[in-house]
Amino acid sequence: MAGNANVGKSVLFNQLTGSSQIIGNWPGKTVEKAEGTLKFEGEEITAIDLPGIYSFSTFGMEELVSRDYIALEHPDAVINVVDASILERNLFFTLQLIEMDAPLVICLNQVDEAKKKGIVINKEKLEQVLGAPVVPTVGIRGEGIYDLTKTAVAVAKNGCRSGKVQIRYDAEIEERISKLDKEIQAEELGLEYPSRWVAIKLLENDPEIKKLIGSKSGSIVKTADGLASEISSIHNEPCFAVIAAERYSLASSIAKEVQQQQSEVETTFSEKLEWVTTHRMFGYITSAGVIAGLLLWTFSIGGVLSNIFSNALALFSPVDPRFSGSIEGIIWNGVYGGFVAGVTLVIPYVVPFYIMLAMIEDSGFLTRVAFMMDSAMHKIGLHGKALIPMILGYGCNVPAIAACRIMETKRERLLATYVITFAPCAARTIVILGLVAAFVNPWWALALYAIDIALIFVMGRIALKVVPGQSTGLIMEMHSFKIPSLSVVTKQTWIRTKSLIYLVFPLYIIGSAGIQVLYALGVLQFLSNVFTPVTVVWLGLPAIAGVLMILGLIRKELTLLGAVAIFGTTDLAPYFTPVQFIVLALVSIIFIPCISTVTILAKDYGWKTAATIATANFVTAILVGGVAFRIITLVI
Amino acid sequence: MVKSAQKSIEDYLKAVYSLQQNGNKVSTSEISQTLNVAPASVTEMLKKLSEKRYIEYSPYHGTTLTSSGLTIAEKTTRKHRLLERFLHDMLKIDKVQVHSQACEMEHALSDEAEESLCRLLKHPDKCPDDDKIIPACTLPFSNCEECVEMHSKGLEQVGKRQQNLVSICNLKAGTSAKVSFIRGEHRVLQRLLDMGLTPGTPIKVERAAPMKGPVEVCVRGSKVALGQDIAANVFVENTGKMKI
Repeated sequence: MAGNANVGKSVLFNQLTGSSQIIGNWPGKTVEKAEGTLKFEGEEITAIDLPGIYSFSTFGMEELVSRDYIALEHPDAVINVVDASILERNLFFTLQLIEMDAPLVICLNQVDEAKKKGIVINKEKLEQVLGAPVVPTVGIRGEGIYDLTKTAVAVAKNGCRSGKVQIRYDAEIEERISKLDKEIQAEELGLEYPSRWVAIKLLENDPEIKKLIGSKSGSIVKTADGLASEISSIHNEPCFAVIAAERYSLASSIAKEVQQQQSEVETTFSEKLEWVTTHRMFGYITSAGVIAGLLLWTFSIGGVLSNIFSNALALFSPVDPRFSGSIEGIIWNGVYGGFVAGVTLVIPYVVPFYIMLAMIEDSGFLTRVAFMMDSAMHKIGLHGKALIPMILGYGCNVPAIAACRIMETKRERLLATYVITFAPCAARTIVILGLVAAFVNPWWALALYAIDIALIFVMGRIALKVVPGQSTGLIMEMHSFKIPSLSVVTKQTWIRTKSLIYLVFPLYIIGSAGIQVLYALGVLQFLSNVFTPVTVVWLGLPAIAGVLMILGLIRKELTLLGAVAIFGTTDLAPYFTPVQFIVLALVSIIFIPCISTVTILAKDYGWKTAATIATANFVTAILVGGVAFRIITLVI
Repeated sequence: MVKSAQKSIEDYLKAVYSLQQNGNKVSTSEISQTLNVAPASVTEMLKKLSEKRYIEYSPYHGTTLTSSGLTIAEKTTRKHRLLERFLHDMLKIDKVQVHSQACEMEHALSDEAEESLCRLLKHPDKCPDDDKIIPACTLPFSNCEECVEMHSKGLEQVGKRQQNLVSICNLKAGTSAKVSFIRGEHRVLQRLLDMGLTPGTPIKVERAAPMKGPVEVCVRGSKVALGQDIAANVFVENTGKMKI
């Protein structure tokens, strides 16, 4: 499956394969190709979801991944997903697929949305012009999926490489393409790519193809350069621009031929939303409101659910940690404690958060925030798009860091990743809530949020000084608002919660049992003493805080759970002063990111970068914590 | 004497150009303040400029540039801002000082020198002191690569552009226009072409985010947000509904 960004490929892919690709109404969710299988009338089919791209000629990884897959792996059929309401722009890409001789099926998606905008497409005519079957679908409701699969299987079986229809450019370009094409064929280079496509790419001055051909035959590249400069002197424009313009005028004439624009629809609800979210004042208010609403909703619903769950579990067996008696008894008690902690502290907060996040993602709201915040993001060397992974970071840093791949250059990806390691994820939120909101007051919890966000900005500025360079500008497609689909939201929430449960519950259970055993053996007391110069003297915390922070390395919320396990009560008030609660929460949220985050950092950027980021965060946490201790003592 | 008369015309037109926002008329007192000249002298000069058909001037209502006045004003402003970049980037002169230097030099710079300076500085888009957009050149190209290519071939006779251009940053929301010229490096140009912003394409400015934020344009049925630094480099034919 290939097509422009955000046309619904992932939705269709999930419908087809029942797999769980992340979906959202913002361009660039799928950054690597995803694979899934489906059974259709007794046959097993492997489906690949390619990242969304606009052409094969840009220089990003996504374009290369898609291009090489289609040209080199020779898929049996390529489903080109096309957004029916933006036909012209989508056809620009379809034309390039035809040039690549891909065995095409056109999936005309979101026909319902197009109809709402008054656009009706003549399917038969489009089939005729493109020389490929066209299947209209509504991905979100699964309409047309059966037909799509059937058509794709038929195309795959016939092995029909389209080629029936040839994309013809203007005579003076066409002449030169054929000339170069013939020369490439004559040289018999044993290329994997179709020769006509190679000829066009050479004229477009594509660096990768040029390198490939150059290594085999220098004379062809020379001829291509000559022909390209002929074309550019005729048109007074560089050859690649001429070809892009030609291709677009073809796409435009096809679109005009097959689509009927019925009367303009009046101002729709989505346009009113557009106005509110991008207004010079209301825009910021709505952005802030939605983010604050997301957090408030999480806190309030989470608190209620957490209470209900703990009361329910308390009926079965009291959760009183034990530090004496048989080792076996301590372990079992710890296992139960870990399980209870997971059920009462994580699930109630994380599930409501994910539901709301999925709704925000699916609505298309994130691109509006990115649009409004672009100039502010430039202050930390990023553009508006970086805000999308940052907001995802409020849920969990790990998928947020993966989403940083929507940034265009490696440097920007790294900068965005770095600031995300400070984003107050769900786990940090639990620490803030559990330590500060519960035992100090909610205003200090909010203040910690504010400090964290200010810190993101400051650290971003510092990082910008450390990794200087040119920042790229924002080019982002803005898709229409959508009413979030119930099925997408439920599915998304379930996928995320599931992966969290798999990750978190074993850790909690083992961690909780482990802590109790280590405490019973006296190891924790020893560790606490080692760290006293930092924890007690500099940060003004009780000695045990050193152990809590080490636990926080595994997952941030273990800081809180550890305290509960060690003191043997959920009422921590007697053990810390208000200042200590605040400082402990502050340090543990800034402190080295959790193990999962460090792992993905190392996977994406190498161990050296991961270690540098972790160290930088550690130093920042200790510095900020010490200063905060001294200041807050004066205030409270 | 002729030289200084020309200099003075250019300065006046440049002042009107920079004061004229949203197509608003510029008052005599504004010009007098900007140029630090007595209002009476300003009125006298405006009458002269009006006779030469560089401006449309009616007493008490204010002044607007005519199309030929706009051409001169843009040319002078372009030279001024390019020179500022040159003084700042190449000669490492402090931001605060480049303006007054450039004011003196702009009148002496030939068009050929201006074109070379633009290529030498790699087609800069904004001036260093107040981040204002450098107007597009008057060569008939649709992007900078063409200019470099043509120049390397030694084709000097390329003529001039017919219309005045304006950056889409300076268009009011709701304005429709045709893409004429995209300034900048290959990567950005390719990306914009892929999104459908080919020369001659009609586009509509939907809205701009506040605080020099992105500009959202509707092109070929899709909506695309362009960051300020990219939007500043997309030029369309000037249809008059602009702010500078």
